[in-house]
Amino acid sequence: MSTPEKTNPRSDPRWVRVALIAAALGVIGVLIVIPLVDVFVEAFGRGLGAYWQTLTGDADTQAAIRLTLTVAPIALALNLIFGIAAAWAISRFRFPGRTLLTALIDLPFSVSPVVAGLIFVLIFGLQGYLGPWLRAHDWRIIFATPGLVLATTFVTFPFIARELIPLMEAIGADEEIAAASLGASGWQLFRRVTLPNIKWGLVYGIILCNARAMGEFGAVYVVSGHITGRTDTMPLRVEKLFQEYNTPGAFAVASLLASLALVTLAVKTALEWKTRRDLAEAARLRSEGDAA
Amino acid sequence: MNDVNRRVLPGFRLSLGYTLAYLGVLVLVPLAACFSKAATLPFDRFWAAVSTERAIAAYELTVGASLVSAAINVVLGVLVAWVLVRYEFPLKRLVDSLVDLPFALPTAVAGLVYSSLYVESGWLGRFLVPLGIQAAYSRLAIVLVLVFVGFPFVVRTLEPVLERIDADIEEAAACLGATRLQTVTRVIFPSLYPALVTGFALSFARALGEYGSVVFVSGNMPFKTEIAPVLIVARLEEFAYAEATAIAVVLLVISFSVLVVVNLLERWSKRVYA
Repeated sequence: MSTPEKTNPRSDPRWVRVALIAAALGVIGVLIVIPLVDVFVEAFGRGLGAYWQTLTGDADTQAAIRLTLTVAPIALALNLIFGIAAAWAISRFRFPGRTLLTALIDLPFSVSPVVAGLIFVLIFGLQGYLGPWLRAHDWRIIFATPGLVLATTFVTFPFIARELIPLMEAIGADEEIAAASLGASGWQLFRRVTLPNIKWGLVYGIILCNARAMGEFGAVYVVSGHITGRTDTMPLRVEKLFQEYNTPGAFAVASLLASLALVTLAVKTALEWKTRRDLAEAARLRSEGDAA
Repeated sequence: MNDVNRRVLPGFRLSLGYTLAYLGVLVLVPLAACFSKAATLPFDRFWAAVSTERAIAAYELTVGASLVSAAINVVLGVLVAWVLVRYEFPLKRLVDSLVDLPFALPTAVAGLVYSSLYVESGWLGRFLVPLGIQAAYSRLAIVLVLVFVGFPFVVRTLEPVLERIDADIEEAAACLGATRLQTVTRVIFPSLYPALVTGFALSFARALGEYGSVVFVSGNMPFKTEIAPVLIVARLEEFAYAEATAIAVVLLVISFSVLVVVNLLERWSKRVYA
């Protein structure tokens, strides 16, 4: 390793490299690693038994976990169907306003989560546009599960679509056109041709969407009404326990959410490595084909 | 290709119709409701709601803290992206995937842990508080947590650009007698500017709307550490819906302006640097 330093003009002196690597590791350490470790240390600080007791002994925490496991999958399913439909329309066809539509899909990312919650309160809340009508029919959306689903779906709206659109554009429509010409029905076409091509991109979008759906705080904070045991999701439960000075309880629930984040990162990293390997493999096969 | 596709492939009307309907019902109509609710306020009441001293202090803090945190993220992002692309070191892949943690970690968890780390008894606070650095329940705490939340944006926009820089250009600069420092500052950095601007803007836009992490660490004192989203929630909890909506509209206009500026800058930089 000592010779390239003299000859390769792209490499930096050894002391520069060491200093920069140390600085970068310091940044990641303070900003990311220490907080991450601290979550688990605080959660397990009083032993595994106490940790387990904190999580399972509190009926409200249990209810929060159940609520999150209800709301997130519904939001995920809604955005999954939308993402596939949007990617199909945008990547396979040309129509006026296509660029605008692609831009509008990203819109929820630039809306503050608090505002995202507020807009649903303005429509479905007691003083909202549909409030009197909903009350007449005795339906509750705000301060109830449907409101949580709406707010969560709004903030996770773009995730799957924006993952699929560039992927399907890159893959192209040739195989699908061939299948359609050979008489495949729409469903056969999707299940046998499109789905196998996009499945890893789909998984990637789903895990990112799920992480955000389970972790969303601002938007659900506004629509939930904070009815303990009824409309508190896991992140809201963390906040409530923190406000009640129940730090061990807050960190126990937080540790579950942090584990979810770690699993998400692990799957995401594995998928990215797989994609890189597949691309390299495809390039190798292509060059071998050219040589032959 | 469009005519062929539309004749051969099924589902154009169904998929586009569903996309438009879903986008309309879930996103466009609710956002329009927000603007129309604000429009029902007489202008002087709207103006009174958005221009109270407390509201103006909140906008200033929101925009100021977001700008500072995005600027810090540019510096940290250049450092981390450079090291990850150019150098080899143990556990590099692990470090690389940890960069994305702020995208995956719920903001409430980030807020909770940052508030506990920087108080006097916390792991980092016990060193900083004796030095007079209050990084919990202060404006500094807001900036810190916004740096965390926006950290991956600059790194992830820079990495592909750094990977694509031609070795030839650097070698040419070296052959023509440039020192390494000159090559880096005059040849490499200029080609990074568009990506830096994009990363800065993404990080800034994310920070503008952030709520979950800030609410834990800031202490939420009006005029001192209250950001605009926290003020909206405070108004809502007083059942002052009209006032909350008016402030929300100001925040939306700021965010959408950032979005438009980002798009214009990207188009401009594509033309200039292409």
